[in-house]
Amino acid sequence: MKAYSLTQAYLYLLQRDLTLCFRNRAEFANPLLFFILVITLFPLAIGAEPVLLSRIAPGIIWVAALLAAMLSLDSIFRSDFDDGSLEQLLLSAHPMPVLVLAKVTAHWLVTGLPLLFLSPLLALMLGMPSEALGTLLLTILIGTPILSLIGSIGVALTVGLAKGGIILSLLILPLYVPVLIFASSAIEGAAGGLDVSAQLYMLLSFFFLALSLSPLATASALKMSMS
Amino acid sequence: MFLWFHKWGSPPHFYRIAGKWIPWLTGIFLLLLLAGLYGGLVLAPPDYQQGDSYRIIFIHVPAAWMSLLIYIIMAFCGIIIIVWRMKLAEVVLISSASIGASFTFLALATGSIWGKPMWGTWWVWDARLTSELILLFLYLGVIGLYNAIDDKRIAAKAVAILAIVGVVNIPIIHYSVEWWSSLHQGPTITKFDKPSIHWSMLIPLLLMALAFQVYYVLTLFQSCRGELLKRERNSKWVAELSEGNDV
Repeated sequence: MKAYSLTQAYLYLLQRDLTLCFRNRAEFANPLLFFILVITLFPLAIGAEPVLLSRIAPGIIWVAALLAAMLSLDSIFRSDFDDGSLEQLLLSAHPMPVLVLAKVTAHWLVTGLPLLFLSPLLALMLGMPSEALGTLLLTILIGTPILSLIGSIGVALTVGLAKGGIILSLLILPLYVPVLIFASSAIEGAAGGLDVSAQLYMLLSFFFLALSLSPLATASALKMSMS
Repeated sequence: MFLWFHKWGSPPHFYRIAGKWIPWLTGIFLLLLLAGLYGGLVLAPPDYQQGDSYRIIFIHVPAAWMSLLIYIIMAFCGIIIIVWRMKLAEVVLISSASIGASFTFLALATGSIWGKPMWGTWWVWDARLTSELILLFLYLGVIGLYNAIDDKRIAAKAVAILAIVGVVNIPIIHYSVEWWSSLHQGPTITKFDKPSIHWSMLIPLLLMALAFQVYYVLTLFQSCRGELLKRERNSKWVAELSEGNDV
């Protein structure tokens, strides 16, 4: 048997997950449609006043992004858990956190990255000032990977449960609060013409913290779930 | 040292010792509580701005301190569970979770009762209120996850990981919420060199804090004893206990 290097293992796993997503397109389009739908509901519920909508647009977009991420999280490990490939991954010679990171990367590429293309459109529909669009894109770019990384811990903890979905939101949403606060305040600041580098640096530091610590937590939670 | 550690870690030993401590702890708790309440409700003068309604801090502040302290204790237990797999730490962690959630709820409830006359509203989306609320959700998450997993040893390990993740996040959540907005009055106790609270209020407050800590240990011991009996119901020492009828 050929031995793979760690980078190769990471890339193969990434490729495998992306292929799987590509084959199940409908399942992975769901969170994106959900994102658009939730945002559509807000003007219907609170009235279509342009001033009000543009005021709350950053919050709406980010809350919708959190919910869409929540909805799609279960797919990171669920199917692999069901068909036993997760067990095989745990048995592999490569360190589990790196393999976890590959799966999280695939999840972000499929669910986080499309938001980058969808959100400017929705922001314009909500009447967000165009000066804030750049900041919106930056927060989505930095923030959504954090959602996938932190979320993977929660999924790993609940993957063995039959009804993991309900408890997952209770575990994960409180941990998303800092991302929500800094991302929406950055966009709001940018819309008001302020300097928002502080918020963006905070988001970046959350990202690196999550990137370095959460795969470890996810890996040990997975081992626990499989025992 | 290790022998002591080992002894405390063994369920039957803990069960016995905790049972012996409970009456003493109850006595100490009642003494501290009475002294603290007397000092706080009778001896301490009314506040020049808030009148008598400030007196709720004698419950509110200790409860809020306990809510943080207990989460930190849970995270410590989590580390012990993952590193040494001590059964007792599992029991302590899960028993602490419901006590901590109750303290958090108490802090929130007393805070909003105080907020009504002071701020004119039951609830404001102020930084510390909000982060306390999020802390309550973290506690509920721990309890929910533990109850969702059937195998209690695996459940304890899952909860341990969650508690550690939570404790890393608590300061981040706290400071981001603080940054987000602040309406709450500034901390008055942490400035130890020159506290902005008068000693006649400080002493009852600290007495109440001590009383709450003793109360925590007391309820912790009681619920740990119950939890231990439930978990070890098939073991020999529990069978001997129930035969001897000295539960």
